[in-house]
Amino acid sequence: MATFLGINLFGLFGQLLVGLINGSFYALLSLGLAIIFGLLKIINFAQGAMYMLGAFAAWLALNHLGISYWAALILVPLAVGAVGILLERVLVRPIAHEDHLYSLLLTFGIALMLQGLFTHLFGSSGLPYAIPDELKGGTKLPFMYLPDYRAWIIVASAVVCGGTWWMIEKTRLGAYLRAGTENPQLMQAFGINVPLMVTLTFGFGVGLAGFAGVMAAPVYSVSPEMGSNLLIVVFAIVVIGGMGSIGGAILTGLGMGIVEGLTKYFYPEASTTVIFLVMVIVLLLKPAGLFGKEA
Amino acid sequence: MTSLKSHLGHGDAVMSTQKSHREKLRISDLHAFYGESHILHGIDLTVKQGELVTLLGRNGSGRSTTLRAIMNLVGRRTGSIVINGNETLGMPSHRIAHLGLGYCPEERGIFSSLNVEENLMLPPAVRSGGMSVEELYEMFPNLYERRFSQGTRLSGGEQQMLALARILRTGANILLLDEITEGLAPVIVQRLGEVLVTLKERGLTILLVEQNFRFAAPIADRHYVMEHGHIVEEVAAHELDARTEMLNTYLGV
Ligand SMILES: Nc1ncnc2c1ncn2[C@@H]1O[C@H](COP(=O)(O)OP(=O)(O)OP(=O)(O)O)[C@@H](O)[C@H]1O
Ligand SMILES: [Mg+2]
Repeated sequence: MATFLGINLFGLFGQLLVGLINGSFYALLSLGLAIIFGLLKIINFAQGAMYMLGAFAAWLALNHLGISYWAALILVPLAVGAVGILLERVLVRPIAHEDHLYSLLLTFGIALMLQGLFTHLFGSSGLPYAIPDELKGGTKLPFMYLPDYRAWIIVASAVVCGGTWWMIEKTRLGAYLRAGTENPQLMQAFGINVPLMVTLTFGFGVGLAGFAGVMAAPVYSVSPEMGSNLLIVVFAIVVIGGMGSIGGAILTGLGMGIVEGLTKYFYPEASTTVIFLVMVIVLLLKPAGLFGKEA
Repeated sequence: MTSLKSHLGHGDAVMSTQKSHREKLRISDLHAFYGESHILHGIDLTVKQGELVTLLGRNGSGRSTTLRAIMNLVGRRTGSIVINGNETLGMPSHRIAHLGLGYCPEERGIFSSLNVEENLMLPPAVRSGGMSVEELYEMFPNLYERRFSQGTRLSGGEQQMLALARILRTGANILLLDEITEGLAPVIVQRLGEVLVTLKERGLTILLVEQNFRFAAPIADRHYVMEHGHIVEEVAAHELDARTEMLNTYLGV
């Protein structure tokens, strides 16, 4: 067995890979949360449920409509995004001017209802989703075996996160979003339909969660609880990174996945709590978060 | 008799269409509210094509609220605001700009998450024929030098120029400018005065909220004086000398 200074390199790299995979999902979900928070100033507690919805939609599409993984990767985020648009228009919009506590409770309620509905329909044991044939293989690297699908998760998530970051920070459309985040009234006075922009942004943020759900279907089992389990960690990550920074949300998501992976190797007992520990430390030292702007 | 009457009637109609054509902005009996507070109490004012009209008044007299009400940025409005012949009272804020309005808010509204050039390029065109970026950089060379700086890193004067430049790019031909000289050094105030004269020469219609009467007097065609949410006086440029005393009492200068 390959060891270095008493460290089992196979084990270490294996956990690092798991950390990167988890981090990819953290990044996708916290990115969606950050985008929605930026413009709507609400914390979307239904983000985890939208991720779960994405995974179930992929499963249903494959098993009932014969829609392949690759098609689902495009269609499901659009469908979940459309659900998000509907949610925003019908439920979130009417209470947008109230205290944000109400929208938080609303989205939390939506999450619980969706989770309950899917448990009722599909049970809680979890459904299998096969890895697409094209990605069934793997590569042998010096200290580990890298399955193709895992590599694909890392690459696809990096491309989607990077592309989203670029769109928001470097394009004209992104300038609208950043400016709308800062001063929606003035954007409205410049002739920009801010309510429409808010709806589309919500749809996009939720669509990202749907995308993550499709990506997750072959690696985690498709179950009603998959969203709520993940979301608690993602909230901790959002607190660590600081709300409102797009790049910060992505980097913190990936970073915390890696921290978690390393902890799993060096001190497995703490692996499920390490992120919350980091959160407490960050809150004490830099309450606005690592990338947040101090108010 | 009948023929004379119909002749007169016809003449009236022609006159009134010509008149409404020349009127870029007509506000009648405008009331505006922030929540429960009633701020504007029946404003009447008109601005004609190519005119530069000021709103003068003490702090809190309701001048900014008048501009914000035109842009539909206050809580509630009643009365009538006609822009280029369109009644805008029922219009959502984002449609109003597309009637050719450019709004420069009192707080300037430069976005800190955008650099200077992004700020400049931000507002969408509302009409064709806006000034080009090159023209604007020529008019405000400082902005060119600092085009990659964060918008809010600019000096107050540069931020004001940016706030003005970005609405000139949109092709807006009615400008609502709120205290653009506030807190700026005399040379910058002078530069802004020159810019306004240039814009007026180009035929733009300008409604200017000003505290600095000495800045406004030489460039404006007419002045409205506001107090407690009412328009209390209207003074044409040529009447200024005769009515200085009245203005002094209202403006407390
Ligand atoms: N958002 C708001 N909510 C409630 N009242 C407001 C609000 N904004 C302004 N007011 C009130 O409306 C009145 C008119 O304010 P406005 O800003 O129009 O004055 P102004 O003439 O522009 O004066 P200045 O800019 O010099 O203060 C003031 O009494 C002010 O307190
Ligand atoms: Mg004011």
